Amino acid sequence: MDNVLNHIGIENYIFLCVILFCIGVFGVLYRRNAIIVFMSIEIMLNAVNLLFVAFSTYHQDAQGQVFVFFSMAVAAAEVAVGLAILVSIFRNLSSIDIDNLKKLKG
Amino acid sequence: MSTITLVFILLSAVAIGTAFMTIFSKNPIHSAIYLVICFFSIAGHYLLMNAQFLALVHVIVYSGAIMILFLFTVMLMNLNKEDEVHKPRITRLGAVVCFCLMGMVLIAIFVNSKPIVGPYDATGQDYQSIKLLGKVLLNEYMVPFEFASVLLLVAMIGAVLLSKKEKS
Repeated sequence: MDNVLNHIGIENYIFLCVILFCIGVFGVLYRRNAIIVFMSIEIMLNAVNLLFVAFSTYHQDAQGQVFVFFSMAVAAAEVAVGLAILVSIFRNLSSIDIDNLKKLKG
Repeated sequence: MSTITLVFILLSAVAIGTAFMTIFSKNPIHSAIYLVICFFSIAGHYLLMNAQFLALVHVIVYSGAIMILFLFTVMLMNLNKEDEVHKPRITRLGAVVCFCLMGMVLIAIFVNSKPIVGPYDATGQDYQSIKLLGKVLLNEYMVPFEFASVLLLVAMIGAVLLSKKEKS
């Protein structure tokens, strides 16, 4: 049975996922636009999902893929609620710059 | 270099490049388009690992639903103009340093843990066909599956309530 892990090896997938996750963290720290911050969070979630699938393939176990399925459902719910919150923030402040959201500061 | 290695390198390069472009492009709509390409290349990775069910679900959920939601929100807020103020230079420098350090530390950890990870050996049994995943999902994970549907319902109600205009 020819599998991709015979050719590539799990460590290359680990490195790819680490780099993607770091790009997500970088985006959260770098940008002020809240939508781009959300997209960076999606990149992080995807990096972790990819690693789950890689290890599921490596251990030849279906549980990892089921977990990825649930994490996708949670990500979809998170994005729906988060974007709704962003819309209502935009209605009140007419901007979604996250550095302007400091009304709790007192 | 085999074809699979070449495809892996190509997909990885596309994923990392478009992820960077998502962060660096000024127009949020361009960011969303780059993110779609990134998601498609990750779906390609799933296909490469022969996880057909997840590749399909990933394309449908992420590239379909979530990105449409993002684009819809961007257009609803009329943000498709390039007038975003940058963060102060020291914060951006801090972000770059944080990115480099975090990547370095994580990669160093995984390089050092390499002897623990043994070579891959195939047992030949089926573990990721859609048929088997459906059986696992609806036998062992029946309760979490139903809770996921409740979660999606709650998210839908919450999104409608949050984004509804208040009567004044």
